[in-house]
Amino acid sequence: MLDFPRWKVIWIWLVLLAGVAFAIPSLMPDSVARQLHLDGMPRINLGLDLSGGSHLLLEADTADLAKQNLQKMEDTIRTEMRRGDPKIAIGDISTSDGKLSFFVRDIAQLDAAVERANAQTQPAGYSGQRDWKVDVVDSTRIVMTPTEAGLNASVENAMKTAIEVVRNRIDFAGTKEPNIQGEGKTRILVEVPGAQHPEQLKALIGKTAKLEFKMVDMNVDASQVSAGHAPPGDEAVPYPDISPPGGPMRYIAVNRRVVLSGDELIDAGLSKDDNNQPAVSLKFNASGGRKFARVTQENPGKQFAMILDGQVLSAPRIDEPILGGNAIIHGSFTTDSATQLAIALRSGKLPVNFKFIEERTVGPQLGADSIRAGVIASVIASVAVIVFMFVTYGRFGFYANLAVVLNIFVILAVMAILKSTLTLPGIAGFVLTIGTAVDANVLINERIREERRRGRGIVQSVELGYKEASRTIFEANTVHAISGLIMLLLGSGPVKGFAVVLLIGICTSVFTAVTFTRMLTAGWIKRHRPTEIHI
Amino acid sequence: MRLLKLIPDNTNIGFVRLRAWAFGLTALLTIAAAVLVGVRGLNFGVDFVGGVMIEARFQTAPHIDKLRSDIEDLHVGQPYLQPIGSPEVISIRLPLPRHSDEGASNRLVKTVQSALGAKYPGVTFNRAETVSGKVSGELIQKGLLAVFLAVFGIAIFSWLRYEWQFGVSTFVAIFHDVLVTLGFFALTRFEFDLNIVAAVLTIIGYSINDKIVIDDRIRENMRKYRQMDMRALIDLSVNETLPRTVMTSLTILLALTSLLIFGGPVLRGFTAAMILGVVVGTYSSIYVSSSLLISLGLAPQIGEPKKKSGPPAGAERIG
Repeated sequence: MLDFPRWKVIWIWLVLLAGVAFAIPSLMPDSVARQLHLDGMPRINLGLDLSGGSHLLLEADTADLAKQNLQKMEDTIRTEMRRGDPKIAIGDISTSDGKLSFFVRDIAQLDAAVERANAQTQPAGYSGQRDWKVDVVDSTRIVMTPTEAGLNASVENAMKTAIEVVRNRIDFAGTKEPNIQGEGKTRILVEVPGAQHPEQLKALIGKTAKLEFKMVDMNVDASQVSAGHAPPGDEAVPYPDISPPGGPMRYIAVNRRVVLSGDELIDAGLSKDDNNQPAVSLKFNASGGRKFARVTQENPGKQFAMILDGQVLSAPRIDEPILGGNAIIHGSFTTDSATQLAIALRSGKLPVNFKFIEERTVGPQLGADSIRAGVIASVIASVAVIVFMFVTYGRFGFYANLAVVLNIFVILAVMAILKSTLTLPGIAGFVLTIGTAVDANVLINERIREERRRGRGIVQSVELGYKEASRTIFEANTVHAISGLIMLLLGSGPVKGFAVVLLIGICTSVFTAVTFTRMLTAGWIKRHRPTEIHI
Repeated sequence: MRLLKLIPDNTNIGFVRLRAWAFGLTALLTIAAAVLVGVRGLNFGVDFVGGVMIEARFQTAPHIDKLRSDIEDLHVGQPYLQPIGSPEVISIRLPLPRHSDEGASNRLVKTVQSALGAKYPGVTFNRAETVSGKVSGELIQKGLLAVFLAVFGIAIFSWLRYEWQFGVSTFVAIFHDVLVTLGFFALTRFEFDLNIVAAVLTIIGYSINDKIVIDDRIRENMRKYRQMDMRALIDLSVNETLPRTVMTSLTILLALTSLLIFGGPVLRGFTAAMILGVVVGTYSSIYVSSSLLISLGLAPQIGEPKKKSGPPAGAERIG
């Protein structure tokens, strides 16, 4: 036990030094870190309960999504049956019970109709299932039922988009370091430090942005339309860009039919046209690209309107057919206005409705108070423990104290590297971890005392003390790890914050409280060959 | 330098002898706690029952009944008021608004805040939380599940690691600790929220730690003294580990007490629970789990002599 190879000693010190180095940036205020150019180093995030801020939990309305899917399928079936060759006449379309059912007028076309309906379904899940099941009822009706796998896939898809949309909207508002992440299958967690007005945040997230592309009707009486009247089949849509600032809103007439919907737009960005002027690039998905190609082929020279939430964002003229699914809108853009249009297009609409099921706001004052209280309490607790340990175990207590202090640094360092968040329960977890680390040394030292009482030699007592206690410490830590892991897996928010610190602390405390103190003790015994130890 | 020694060397306290009394006390405590939880119930925070919580800091401590009637005049439901930490800081809990459309809870919070702002100049609002009934139900389930799984996981661990008696005695002792802690919350009406679940889990962790240390020593002594009577052996093991038990409990209590006094109002319920847990956990390690081993019929010399892994022979005690 007294043999600590040199490389091992160097290793242990290096790890501890690294721990201190990585912990330091988290311990200083932002401004100091920036001055010392340490702001690039990983730092611990403060949880909302410490920094103040808003916490929102959103849940997707999956019933609404199922309804939307049904609606879309109905539209698709109507078009496909009519458009295909030969045309299949259908009637009595119903969407009750979450199923789409329709009547095929000519029985001879039934098989063709089933085939065409099947062609509209997509694979879903891994077991070769499709998102809709197509059945024939009474040999004249086709019933399409959404499958479980299909619904799951569409929820998953919608959530992916929704998280992006929420992120775009919050980033767009210039919020500092928001945390947006999916939770479970249907929830989004939004945490914004510093935000004091959850209602603004909610308005920002919850706005029902709906992006649509419609054709502008060119053959209308401009004066009628400007006043807000549109001919049948058209609608008058406000167009802020052509309205005089402060004057009455101008309208343009668009055909009611939606040529493309916002969810077929994959991306929009700032770009440059051939003359190196600012422009907005658009990228559509496959079906959107096909539709866009058809529209641009059929309507050269006409304008199409991009309508967000019932307002026209832009209504560019179609110069030439655009076939690849990538388009550029150019014209009288400045870099700013092009960026704004791109963001407005990109932050599109939420693919599904959301409900706010949990919201918390913590004032920065409470946060600051809590930090101060937590820090003061931790310092007092540490000092009390350190004094107590030293009075009880002397030199060995001093080693244990050194280990505990270094342990704090190492935990902070690991947390910084893992970019974990320190919350109030996390601070409590810290205190507990210190307690367990101290317990490890108490176990060792008490064991050494015991072995000495039994009349063993110094070296043997120390050796046995570490050996016997290590087994107990290992078992105790395993148990802590079990409860820590359960908390981490099942807990939410505060419980998790506590578990993270606890788990990190378990790992680091074995290193500092056992390995490190053993090295110190071994070194001391080797150098001084004491004939008596005070413990 | 003379070092501090809290527990004299080689104590020989007959813990096992006292176990009839201890079981009586334990039963009494457990029943009292169960009755308290059943009758008084726990003061669940919005985390668990759903609702709206507003934390207000007043310039001077308000009259609680006056504040209650002021809020009742707003017709937002029956408020539940509780000072947190100091009499100036009041937690106001309200039921969820009946129409749970978007913004209804915001309007509720705004209504209360502006009404209080008008009546109590200088009032500030530290926190506002809204938890819907759906989430709160899940949180209860998740919290209970976490506690149960933690206890079961740990009991299974000690069963696999030692004999089944250790698993059972540990499980009973932990169950006792959790129940007494819950009884404490029912008695004091401290708010029981998510943070407290973390505290309960920590108590479990701590208490288990304590039991593992003693169980480990019992096992070690069972290997060492094959002929010794089980009662004497358990007494010996508890006595041998007594300095460590006292030392560690005191250290942790020292740390927790400073947290209780200086840690601010938010941590108060948490630390109070932990302090109680440490005391109860230490008690149950000595009196519940160890003594229960005898009642469960743990016998020395289980199985064949195992290969010696401990200290060399000759570990007799003098004294």
